Amino acid sequence: MTGSAWIVQNLRAVRGRAYPRVLGAQREPSWIFFDVALPLLTVAAYIYMYKFMDAPKEFVGFVILGGAMTAFWLNILWSMASQFYWEKETGNLSLFLIAPVSRMSILGGMAVGGLFFTTLRASATLVIGIVVFGVTLSLSSPLMLIAIFLVTMVSLYGMGMMFASLYLLFGREAYNMSNLMTEPIYLASGFYFPVKALGYWAAAGASIIPITLGLDGLRQLFYPESSAQYGFLPVGTELVILVGLSVLFLILSKVSLDYMENLGKTTGRLTLRWQ
Amino acid sequence: MEPAVETKKLTRVFNPKKKKEGASVRALNSVDLKIEKGELFGLLGPNGAGKTTLLKILSTLLLPTSGKAYVSGLDVEKDYVEVRKRINMVSGGEISGYGLLTVRENLWMFSQFYGIKSSIALERIDDMLGKFGMLDKKSEKVRTLSTGQRQKMNVIRGFVTDPQILFLDEPTLGLDVNASRTIRDFILDWVRKSERDKTVLLTTHYMAEADQLCDRVAIIDDGRILACDSPENLKKLVKSETTLRLDVTTMKDQRVLGTIPGVEKFTSTDDLENNITSLRFVLGDESAISDIVSGVAKGGSKILALRKTEPTLEDVFIKLVGKGFE
Repeated sequence: MTGSAWIVQNLRAVRGRAYPRVLGAQREPSWIFFDVALPLLTVAAYIYMYKFMDAPKEFVGFVILGGAMTAFWLNILWSMASQFYWEKETGNLSLFLIAPVSRMSILGGMAVGGLFFTTLRASATLVIGIVVFGVTLSLSSPLMLIAIFLVTMVSLYGMGMMFASLYLLFGREAYNMSNLMTEPIYLASGFYFPVKALGYWAAAGASIIPITLGLDGLRQLFYPESSAQYGFLPVGTELVILVGLSVLFLILSKVSLDYMENLGKTTGRLTLRWQ
Repeated sequence: MEPAVETKKLTRVFNPKKKKEGASVRALNSVDLKIEKGELFGLLGPNGAGKTTLLKILSTLLLPTSGKAYVSGLDVEKDYVEVRKRINMVSGGEISGYGLLTVRENLWMFSQFYGIKSSIALERIDDMLGKFGMLDKKSEKVRTLSTGQRQKMNVIRGFVTDPQILFLDEPTLGLDVNASRTIRDFILDWVRKSERDKTVLLTTHYMAEADQLCDRVAIIDDGRILACDSPENLKKLVKSETTLRLDVTTMKDQRVLGTIPGVEKFTSTDDLENNITSLRFVLGDESAISDIVSGVAKGGSKILALRKTEPTLEDVFIKLVGKGFE
C-alpha cells in the first residue's frame, strides 16, 4: 500500500468514527436542555455571587467562558477517556482492533466528532450566557484567539486519547475515575475564577491539564485590559506550552495505546466484557 | 498454494490476575490445524472448548502462549497488520455499533475502518440488505431492531468488507429458524460462488449447522482437536449405530427378520392395545432394508411408519468426548 493510500484509508476511518458523534447532535436534541440549559444554572449561580460581592465586571465573562469550557472537559472525561471501556462492553473495541487501520485514526475520529459536537454545546452556552447576562467581549487579537483555542483543543483531546487507553486498565472503575476528575479539575483549572488566584505553583501544577492555560489565555484575549492583573502567564508563553503539551499528549496517547493493545493481546482481558 | 489457516502446536494458557482467582487455564493445547482456501470449515465443541480462543488468535486479538498460527500464510504475531486486511469476524449475540445510527449508516461506518470508498460500500450494503430481506430496515435505527434483524446486520458487516477469510463465532446463536436459515444460506452461497477464493471458519455448538454447512469439521474439547474430517467421514466413525425403526400391524412370527443378512441386532415390542408391533434393527449393511420390508410383507403385516436413524455429529461427539453438549 502506498503512503497516500494509507492516509486515505485512515482518513476514512477518522470520518467513520466521527460520524455517530456529529450525527448525535441532530438526532438527540435533548442535549440542548441537559448540556446547555443545566450548566447555565451553575454559571448563573457564580455570576449572581460575583455580582452580589460587587466583583469586577470581567468576572461575569470569566465565568461564562469557564462554563462554556466545562463542556469540553466533560466530553474528554465521559466521551473520550471512558469511551474505550464502553466500547469494550458493547463489543465495538474488538472490531476496532481487528480493523486494518491505525488505532490512532479511530481515536482521532472520536476526538473530531466529540470536538464538533462539544463546540456546538459550548458555543450555545457562550452565546446564551452573553445575551442573558449582557456581557461584552473585546476581540483584540482574533488570530491569537483562534490559535489558543485550536492548540488547547489539540492538547486536550490528545490527553483524552491517552486517557482512553489508560482507563481500560481501571476497568469498571472508569466511572469512578471520571467522577473523581470532574469537580477537582473545575477547581484546579479555575473554571469559575482566574487560575492565578491559586498561587503560582498551584496554577503551574494545574497547567498539566491543557484547559487551565487555554482558558486563562482566552480570558486574557477577551479582556486584554485586565490581562496583567488576572492573567497567569503571558499569552505567547501559554501558547508555546500548549503546543508542547499537544505534542507530548499525542505521543503519550500513541505509546499508551500500543501498550494497552499489547497487554490486551498478552493477557486476553482487553476484549473480554465485564473485566 | 498456502492454506487459508494453519496452526502448529498452537497453545494458549490464561493465567489469573491473582493467585486466589484459581489455577491457569489451558484454553488451547497444541492445536494443529490446516484449512484450505475455499473451505467452509467448522469448529464444533461445547462452551469452554477453546473455539473462541482460537478465533481470537487467528483474528489478531490474542497472542499464542506457544506454537504458531498463520492466516493466508502470514504469521498472526508478526504480520498482524497484513492479516487484518484479509479477515473479518462476526460473533453471535453481538451488540456492536451505535443505536442512534440507522442500519445502513452503521454498516457504512464499519466499512470505513477498512478504507472502502463510500460509493462501493453503500452499493454492497444495499445489495446484501436485499439478500437478507432487510432493505425495508435500512433506514431504521439500530436500537429498534429485533435480535434476529440485529444479527443479520452483524453478519452483513462481516461480508461488506469482502474479506478473504471470515471468522464466524456462533453466528446463529439464539436465533429463530428463519433468521438462522437466511444466514446459513448466505454463508454457503458466498463460499460456493467464490470459486475457492473465500474461506469461512465457523464455530458452533449446533451439530446440524456444522453438518449442513461445513466441508470439514474439527471437533474440539478441552483445547484439543479430537477429530477433523468431513461430516460424512466423521459419521462413519459411529456407522455401526445406524438403526431402522418400523411400526407395523401386529406381527406374530418375527424370527425370520433377525436372520436377514446385514441385520446386526433386532428387537421388537408389541403394543397389543393399539395392535402395533415396533421393530428396531441395527444395520451393518443398509441394503438389508429392502429385505426387511419384504419380510414384514411376507409375515402378513402392514408398515405403518418407517424411520431410518442415521448417525449424527452428536453421536460422533459423544463417541469421541464421552459426553454430550452442555
